[in-house]
Amino acid sequence: MKIGVPTELFEGERRVALTPDSAKQLEKLGYQTAVQSGAGLGAGITDEAYTEAGVEILPDEAAVFAAADVVAKVRPPEPAEVDMLRDGQLLISFFYPASNEALMEQAKAKGASVIAMDMVPRISRAQKMDALSSMANIAGYRAVIEAGNNFGRFFTGQVTAAGKVPPAKVLVVGAGVAGLAAIGTSTSLGAITYAFDVRPEVAEQIESMGAEFVYLDFEEEQQDGAATGGYAAPSSPEFREKQLEKFRELAPDIDIVITTALIPNRPAPNLWTKDMVEMMKPGSVIVDLAAERGGNCDLTVPDEKIVTDNGVTIVGYTDFPSRMATQSSMLYATNIRHMMTDLTPEKDGVVNQNMEDDVIRGATIVHQGEITFPPPPPKVAAIAAKKQEKPKELTAEEKRAQEVAAFQAQTKSQVTLLAVMTVLVLGVGTVAPASFMAHFIVFVLSVFIGFQVIWNVSHSLHTPLMAVTNAISSIIILGALIQIGSSSFLITLLAAVGIFMASINIFGGFLVTRRMLAMFQKS
Amino acid sequence: MEFGFTLAAYAVAAVLFILSLGGLSGQESAKRAVWYGIVGMAIAVLATMIGPGQGLWLASVILIGAGAVIGYMLATRVQMTQMPELVAIMHSLVGLAAVFVGFNADIELGRVAAQFTEAGFAFPRPEEVTVEGAAFASAYTGFAAILAKKIAVEVTILRIELVLGIWIGAVTFTGSVIAYGKLAGKVDSAAKQLPGGHMLNAAAAGLSLVLVAMYLGGAGSWTLVLLTLAALFIGYHLIMGIGGADMPVVVSMLNSYSGWAAAAIGFSLGNDLLIVVGALVGSSGAILSYIMCKAMNRSFISVILGGFGGASGEAMAVEGEQIAIDADGVASALEDADSIVIIPGYGMAVAQAQQAVSELTKRLRAKGKTVRFAIHPVAGRLPGHMNVLLAEAKVPYDIVLEMDEINDDFPDTDVAIVIGSNDIVNPAAQEDPNSPIAGMPVLECWKAKQVFVSKRGQGTGYSGIENPLFYKDNTRMFYGDAKASLDTLLGKISG
Repeated sequence: MKIGVPTELFEGERRVALTPDSAKQLEKLGYQTAVQSGAGLGAGITDEAYTEAGVEILPDEAAVFAAADVVAKVRPPEPAEVDMLRDGQLLISFFYPASNEALMEQAKAKGASVIAMDMVPRISRAQKMDALSSMANIAGYRAVIEAGNNFGRFFTGQVTAAGKVPPAKVLVVGAGVAGLAAIGTSTSLGAITYAFDVRPEVAEQIESMGAEFVYLDFEEEQQDGAATGGYAAPSSPEFREKQLEKFRELAPDIDIVITTALIPNRPAPNLWTKDMVEMMKPGSVIVDLAAERGGNCDLTVPDEKIVTDNGVTIVGYTDFPSRMATQSSMLYATNIRHMMTDLTPEKDGVVNQNMEDDVIRGATIVHQGEITFPPPPPKVAAIAAKKQEKPKELTAEEKRAQEVAAFQAQTKSQVTLLAVMTVLVLGVGTVAPASFMAHFIVFVLSVFIGFQVIWNVSHSLHTPLMAVTNAISSIIILGALIQIGSSSFLITLLAAVGIFMASINIFGGFLVTRRMLAMFQKS
Repeated sequence: MEFGFTLAAYAVAAVLFILSLGGLSGQESAKRAVWYGIVGMAIAVLATMIGPGQGLWLASVILIGAGAVIGYMLATRVQMTQMPELVAIMHSLVGLAAVFVGFNADIELGRVAAQFTEAGFAFPRPEEVTVEGAAFASAYTGFAAILAKKIAVEVTILRIELVLGIWIGAVTFTGSVIAYGKLAGKVDSAAKQLPGGHMLNAAAAGLSLVLVAMYLGGAGSWTLVLLTLAALFIGYHLIMGIGGADMPVVVSMLNSYSGWAAAAIGFSLGNDLLIVVGALVGSSGAILSYIMCKAMNRSFISVILGGFGGASGEAMAVEGEQIAIDADGVASALEDADSIVIIPGYGMAVAQAQQAVSELTKRLRAKGKTVRFAIHPVAGRLPGHMNVLLAEAKVPYDIVLEMDEINDDFPDTDVAIVIGSNDIVNPAAQEDPNSPIAGMPVLECWKAKQVFVSKRGQGTGYSGIENPLFYKDNTRMFYGDAKASLDTLLGKISG
């Protein structure tokens, strides 16, 4: 089968869905590739480079649509493009099906299948074809670069012979893929970076990128992003108020604001209001990555860069990935290539659209004359499993009750043990003579002391403990010493041997212990 | 010198011994504690030698001197890795000495009885003594004097104590010799028993009881000899039936026995210091055994009876394959890691790899990485074995942590390195209810991002249980002798 890539029609779009590299990989899957002449120019790829990689060059768009079995694009198709599709053809591109229903209907009428790259489920297995993430990554990076371009100062603080430069303060709102990429870029340029997100669980990710998480002191069951496929859910009005209050507090200090907050299938939330913009210092920059969906900032004009009356630059470009067309084409083409790999399990160059597969099912929006959007929820849970419920915080009374119960149990077992022991000792006492009991008391007390003392010995000293107890157990030497003076030769002999062996033990045991202990040292 | 002086000296010695054991609660105070023990022992021995009934001064001093020389040589020449063997063999000396002292007491008892009979007095002493009888008895000195004053019940009790001392001493003796053999690799470490198994032990124990009854009934010293032989057999056969992995428990158990033997002898000799110290040693050994057993989640009985028991049903089959890695791979992973946990086991001791481990630790720490050691309570063949080896190699003790202290940290650990341990890192203990070690607390190293296992080959550990850890996705096997492997690894990691 043949994969065809037309030139993007959208004005200013410079990305392309195929690179010479990805073409070579697709060839290994058994596909032929074709590209419209000049399609890669925006991304710096000449027709010659394509030809070298074995890609067929076709003169115009119609030829590509006619020759290809699979059409790969970046931007959602124009009605004219959908019109060129034919029965059984497959289109792979961004589609935003929720807002492009007419196009879907049109594709359905044409009998073509459509795979929307923006509908790839966000599960681990599908990360390699998650074009939203790869594009967001670029957008996040580019947003910082764009901000720097419009910002009159260094990012990093410097003390130079020509004066002191304060570091720039950057606030990133929304720590999705784009937000995290922006944080990473900003911190690596040396700015002091703050970041905010409504999902408290991303605090760790934010801090891992080197930014400071802006905590919001708000008591509400905050939604776990894992339940909504890694996206934030709309927040309550009270929460939003609290959030805006925090932003107002920060606004006068912040030099650069990068907003990336998006909620699936809704207009972007308004987070940076007019009054906040007015509070900012002249020369500050706002980059609104949500401009395409209406913008997070009140004053954002999509696709434009404006300067407010108080000298704040607001960048509302919607084509950040396209501004880095070489990089984004490479990543997007790789996403497409991975999608084709999953679509071609046999590596025989024939598309096998397995609707049982979670990823393919989720991304397919039109198939065999039917609209298959929205997809059923994926079988595999999105991203990380929900964190286990924390053990319930015990109240003071409950804790107290537990302690009392534990204490009582302890007392009970101790008293029982003591009673049993007492009875046993008393039992011995009734039959044994007093001379025996005198020794027996010593014995019982010693055992007791032994138990008390040994529990405190630290684990790492168990070997020295054994060596010491071994050494002092040779106290048996006393017995032999007492006996050696006997008038019986046999007794003297046995006692002598006993003394000899026990003294080996005394000296050996203590010396070894000292050797061992001398080695323990603190760092 | 007066008898009172000796007793006073004993009291001082007893206090010193207690302080000596108590001082082992911390690394620093332990160094002082050993001196307490040494001084206590010196006081005890001196007081006994200048006490009543002591003869043959010169012979005693010479014998002690000779023992000191041998003890010194043993203690200074022994390799730290051979420490378990040394401790085990020294227990056997105490056991044997107890047997000898016990026999002596019996012979003395017989001699005194014979002399009483010869002189026409009743022995044991009747409740009401004649003046002549008292005079005759007071002519004795030393141990015999104590014996001569005993009444019938006391003599019976004395005999019971004697029998206990001899019996426990004999079990300790052969048991320790076998434990030594197993630890030193001179005896096959697998659990082996003669045909008949525990029935033989039970028979020997039964025979012992019969012999004790006959001895108490006045059957003569030959019963004592037979009893000793039976006890020697039990000691041999019992320890032969216990596998090498359980040796830590066995050694501390034998330690406990040697203490009880000393205490029993102390009773028969009427010597309080022997009783005190014997009881201290006995209870300390018992507690150590208890701690060890708890760490392995096994009852003391099942350890003593040998082998792993209690498993029902088939153990889970292990799937997957062991993936090997070379020194370069390990080195680059270590370079990238921030937090590293090393889990040493008996294999490290066998390969004498502790110096290499220490050097590796030093280099990694110099690079600003967090390196810590996780020690399982039963790692090695002796309680605290690994701590001693690491200390010998100059690994600072404050980065050497116990299982409970570090187990929760594994999920945040980048690299866990398992060096020559097997059962103590076996996830089957938690995952497979049918595993023979199910329920045993283990180091959860598989939760680390990456695990390297330094191991000789693909075989199973001491207990012969398959280890699913080696088949996990995040585990890489670093085959080879632990020391050789670590030395090559050191070559890859710059100092």
